[in-house]
Amino acid sequence: MEELHDVRLSVNGHTHEIRVPARRLLSDALRHDLRLTGTHVGCEHGVCGACTILVDGAPTRACLMFAVSAQGSEITTVEGLTRPDGSLGPVQQAFMECHGLQCGFCTPGFLTTITAGLRDNPTPTHDEARDMVAGNLCRCTGYQNIVKAVERAAEIAGEEAAS
Amino acid sequence: MTTKLMGQKVQRVEDQRFLRGNGRYVDDVAVEGGTLHAAVLRSPHAHARILDIDVEAVLDLEGVHAVFTWDDLASCTPQMAEPLPLLIPHPALTHGRTQYALAKDEVNYVGEAIAFVVADDRYIAEDAVGRIRVDYEFLPPVVGIDAARAATSLVHDDVPGNIGARLEQNVGDAPAAIAQAPHRLELDLTVERSACMPMEGRGTVARWDPDLNRLQLWTSTQSSTGVRAAVAVKMGLDLGQVDVITPDVGGGFGVKINHPWPEELLVPMAAKALGRTVKFTEDRREHFISSAHERGQVQHIEVGFDDDGRLLGLDVEFWHDHGAYTPYGLIVPIITSTQLLGPYKPQNYKVVFESLYTNTVIVTPYRGAGRPQGCYAMERTMDAIAAYLGKDRAEVRAVNFIQPDEFPYDQGLIFQDGRELEYDSGDYPAMLEKTKALVGWDEFPAFKAEMAAQGRQVGIGLACYVEGTGVGPYEGAHVHIETSGKVKVATGLTTQGQGHATVFAQLVADELGVKFEDVEVVTGDTRRMPYAVGTFASRAAVMSGSAIHLAAKRAKEKALKIAAEALEADEKDLQIVDGVVSVKGSPGTSIDLGTVSVLSNPLRYAFDEASKAATQFSVGDPGKPPVPEDDEPGLEGKDFYSPERATFASGMHAVIVETDPETAEITILKYAVVHDCGHLINPMIVEGQIHGGVAQGVGGALYERMAYDESGQLLNASFMDFLMPYVTEVPDGIDIDHLETPSPLNPLGIKGAGEAGVIPSAAVFAAAIEDAEGTLHPGMGITAMPISPSELYALRQSHDGKNS
Repeated sequence: MEELHDVRLSVNGHTHEIRVPARRLLSDALRHDLRLTGTHVGCEHGVCGACTILVDGAPTRACLMFAVSAQGSEITTVEGLTRPDGSLGPVQQAFMECHGLQCGFCTPGFLTTITAGLRDNPTPTHDEARDMVAGNLCRCTGYQNIVKAVERAAEIAGEEAAS
Repeated sequence: MTTKLMGQKVQRVEDQRFLRGNGRYVDDVAVEGGTLHAAVLRSPHAHARILDIDVEAVLDLEGVHAVFTWDDLASCTPQMAEPLPLLIPHPALTHGRTQYALAKDEVNYVGEAIAFVVADDRYIAEDAVGRIRVDYEFLPPVVGIDAARAATSLVHDDVPGNIGARLEQNVGDAPAAIAQAPHRLELDLTVERSACMPMEGRGTVARWDPDLNRLQLWTSTQSSTGVRAAVAVKMGLDLGQVDVITPDVGGGFGVKINHPWPEELLVPMAAKALGRTVKFTEDRREHFISSAHERGQVQHIEVGFDDDGRLLGLDVEFWHDHGAYTPYGLIVPIITSTQLLGPYKPQNYKVVFESLYTNTVIVTPYRGAGRPQGCYAMERTMDAIAAYLGKDRAEVRAVNFIQPDEFPYDQGLIFQDGRELEYDSGDYPAMLEKTKALVGWDEFPAFKAEMAAQGRQVGIGLACYVEGTGVGPYEGAHVHIETSGKVKVATGLTTQGQGHATVFAQLVADELGVKFEDVEVVTGDTRRMPYAVGTFASRAAVMSGSAIHLAAKRAKEKALKIAAEALEADEKDLQIVDGVVSVKGSPGTSIDLGTVSVLSNPLRYAFDEASKAATQFSVGDPGKPPVPEDDEPGLEGKDFYSPERATFASGMHAVIVETDPETAEITILKYAVVHDCGHLINPMIVEGQIHGGVAQGVGGALYERMAYDESGQLLNASFMDFLMPYVTEVPDGIDIDHLETPSPLNPLGIKGAGEAGVIPSAAVFAAAIEDAEGTLHPGMGITAMPISPSELYALRQSHDGKNS
């Protein structure tokens, strides 16, 4: 029998207690134990970025981290990017307006990555907008509209900050 | 009047759930506890006989529920132990072979399924797979087209020469025409393997309901109805006992049209045997070694032409690597051999291909499905003719174009659907003009000189294609106007990110006269529309779009008939705007569609205010039957669309690249696309499809290849080593222009758009690189794609060595 560990995960402001083996990936724990299936697994070796979540604010591949290692960290998944009133956050809104997604599978990883990217650099240049998404794979969009969405999200967030 | 939504950049309704993390992909189904998880033991060898499989050590493992090998399959049904179906038979496929759901006696590629384990979770299932012991007797692997042709070893003992099929088609007498032509050229070309690589791999979930005696299956497929039929046959169930639901699909690009995958049979078999929900979700390595690849071909071309570059005869022979088995028949090489002709009139054409077995992953369509290879063959030939004659490459193309007044144009060949290759419409000269303007073709020589003065070398390439889209046999649609006025639409083909829920709702809103927000579209659910074919060959908009348009029309006709009676008006005087039927010119006289729906269904029982109005003491002429003869209750419309033949979209791409004279680094400076898919339903979505296709084309031309070693091991079966483009590899901006030549074959005048973006990539990059290299390395032909900087560097060395 595999040894199980009690882990307390803090995700999108809620605390969850789970018992998992040491080898359980954080991506699997989020998806299967917490049923937060918005975080997607595309490669399980940290290249595609679909499973990117924010761990204490930093974009992190959930497939390269064990659930037990996440104890004590604040995790944000795509489900946590929606505003408290249920409307879309600025990055989500920009993706919708710019047609930044097609099949939607890689999208959660882009949304979390860009959310952190714009927090660190709220007014990216065009080249910086491209750099911001250069670590995530998308097979549908050819990235053209994703880059536009980064720029539009910065605009939306900027307008909101100004108002 | 409501604005027509056809042609509008309508934002996608599906985005709301995707952006919130509420998409429902197959691995998101049945996440509740109690679901069992499967893992597959796959062959580590490319070619071997299986002497013994020992599963003893697996059964001791806590959390393991079952392990299956081929020996166990017959206990489900005899047919489960038979080979998988050969989906598309063809008379020329004389030696078709398919694998078993689990290998019987022999394995023919690294990745072939041998044993299937079901356990409490995937981790334990993989532990169990690791404990299975298999004794193999190694057989010599056949890897690559050269080895297959040499046939020193055979993939299948009973397939001589490794030749699965040989198919020849002739129009006129090409060899004779070439022999008499003033000018002749020969080309030898190769294209390597790549693969679709959707971000979501394959996955299947099955639940057997003993109370209903019924199977529910969720699978990440491009054909729900195909999987349903295959599963029913293999499991010995009636079709009516099997429901297949395709949830959100994380990309397909062709690979998910092949079915049934072994796991699509093994999962429901295990679910029924164990009485538990069973899930299989492949990992990325499994996707590389056990789904499907495409593109690998070797081509030999002979062409005869006149002083203007006009084709007089074209003789093409090619060898197509179809991998270890042929479940999808000859579709890919047939498409290459026919669509090769593009927008041109070859006068005399001969094409012959051999489809060859190798000990590698099977080959089934990948976006473009053989067209990229055909376009590459034709366009490299056009470039070679232009170079030989010292003519402008665009001019040589233009003299060979089918002219706008020549449509419908019959190429005299049989296409992939068994029908004549007859182009319905197009305007290639106009398209060429647009393309030249968009990329700056005429200004390019000045730019090239300017760059050369700075020590930089740039090149331009052009490639043209014609794509048969919207092949049959049919699609259907069901439109139901509910008593709330909401419109529920179902079509059977599946969705992998194309935005069907949006574009189909646009069509319904336009035809019915209802609000876009009131239309809800369901795809790929056999409970809602059991008759369907699938999503491939850029056919969804053409096929289901047309069917939905027709079904909406029927629902509208019925609504107008009922409303006319209720309003005591003539049907011809009625209009429907925003879901309200009114008499034109007297808006006060109106009835909303929800009420019409109530009236369409005479009731005995009332359960709310709306249904009260439809009960037998409230409505109807006592002198007539409540439901008129030849009619049905309910405000619904159902129809099917089945065209005589495919509709032919077309396009031209042009690219400007820079190659570093020292390092051979290849940089894209400009990428231009002119595309004609007839009337656009939603330009935003069409352009998104083009963007994605171009990016995949960049990958296929410059980065992606399947690196098999001589023993048949795939050395780059991960995203670390198989180089798919990130944003850093794709052009920063793609210039797009449209031409809209409507198709006469369907009511909307539309043509398919899904695959187009990827078709000319190998051709256009080869042309541009060759052009860029021409100054320093004159006469150096680019004949093998993809091409990396190191390969370009090596090519320079060998070319300059030979010519020094």
